[in-house]
Amino acid sequence: MLEWRSKYVLNGLLLYVFATIFVCYLSFKTTQPIVWNVLFWIIMLFAAVNAVAKSFIQESNGRLLYYYSIACAPAIIIAKTIYNFLLLLLISFTAFLMYNLVFSNNLGNPLLYLITIFLGSLSFSTVFTMTSAIASKAGNNGTLMAVLSFPLIIPLLMLLIKLSKNAMDGLAGSVSYDEIGVILLINVIVVSISLLLFPYLWRD
Amino acid sequence: MTIIYKKWWKILAVLLVFYTLISGFLFKVPSKVILNESIRNVYFHVPVWFAMLALFGISVYYSIKYLRYGNETYDIVAVEAVNTGILFYIFGLITGMLWAKFTWGEAWSGDPKQNSAAIAFLIYCAYLVLRSSIDEEQKRAKISSIYNIFAFPIMIVLLFVLPRLTDSLHPGNGGNPAFGKYDMNNQMRIVFWPACIGWILIGVWIATIRYRIRNLENKTINKLNK
Repeated sequence: MLEWRSKYVLNGLLLYVFATIFVCYLSFKTTQPIVWNVLFWIIMLFAAVNAVAKSFIQESNGRLLYYYSIACAPAIIIAKTIYNFLLLLLISFTAFLMYNLVFSNNLGNPLLYLITIFLGSLSFSTVFTMTSAIASKAGNNGTLMAVLSFPLIIPLLMLLIKLSKNAMDGLAGSVSYDEIGVILLINVIVVSISLLLFPYLWRD
Repeated sequence: MTIIYKKWWKILAVLLVFYTLISGFLFKVPSKVILNESIRNVYFHVPVWFAMLALFGISVYYSIKYLRYGNETYDIVAVEAVNTGILFYIFGLITGMLWAKFTWGEAWSGDPKQNSAAIAFLIYCAYLVLRSSIDEEQKRAKISSIYNIFAFPIMIVLLFVLPRLTDSLHPGNGGNPAFGKYDMNNQMRIVFWPACIGWILIGVWIATIRYRIRNLENKTINKLNK
């Protein structure tokens, strides 16, 4: 895919996450469980905004024209979303390993926590891909991307933090079915609206 | 669209709001602990939120219409509905905060619905920021319509689904029924529902006036340009 050719983007993102985690580690040293959880999600939020914001903004006009000629609009938004999802999945799992390494913390239910990270990458990629498309059309502005996407991601982020808190406390998976269901439902809604709206955004 | 030039529903709106002003303060209300007489605020606080939702709904409807037909006036309707909706948002927040001060003890008590409302406000501010960041008119109309439609379902989830998953001080949350059998008796309903219709109509009226002013402005600008 597109950004895979420029590997420095991926390396840069990984370095960005590691640096952030290390800065947090040096300033916090040890954390309470709640802070640990929230801090992780905030680091992931900023990493995700940085990662996904590039997906449309970095494309040159010529290349966009090329995509325009070879593929239809829904295919492009789906491809971008899947690519961003895989990218975020990679970043968040490596970040999680690194985070666990420096901040020791015992997880009650590691499997559920991993599922939460999976869902988190999914939610970030679906919402941010569409907002980055909107922001890039509105003049390649990084601030605009944050302004547009943060209010939209907050509901998902609150659910994710709640779900991961459940995982940390080691509650059984069945307690959290509600949250998982709502997260998946919101993602389905977001993807379907993106599919409907992206063609209008795409043709210029 | 010709209905916005008709008079009857504006008169109806004024009559309904005056009716709720009078009956809301004078009719009997059930006495409840904590709430006491402040239960009368339900005639003002809730209808104002309904009016806001109606306006945002109208805005989304016209955004969809704009994307389909590309008529510039639809975009003006959408943005003016949002502007008026934000006005009603502020009314709803003020009435809610006053009510919370007297019943829950603090104006901002971190209730999930209050927080969600604040985030919904951020979404619509983002919409206005997005609009002001694009100069070209058609592009602005198109992109902001897309954002408007994209944000609306997320806002609905935020306001009506998430608070129900957690404990909240609002009725209808944390598993309680909303507008349920024991929230209101018939005597309250005859004030409450007219109040909702009245405030929605007033909101639509303000939005249409703003739309007509903007439309006239645009027409004069176009004439001057020629």
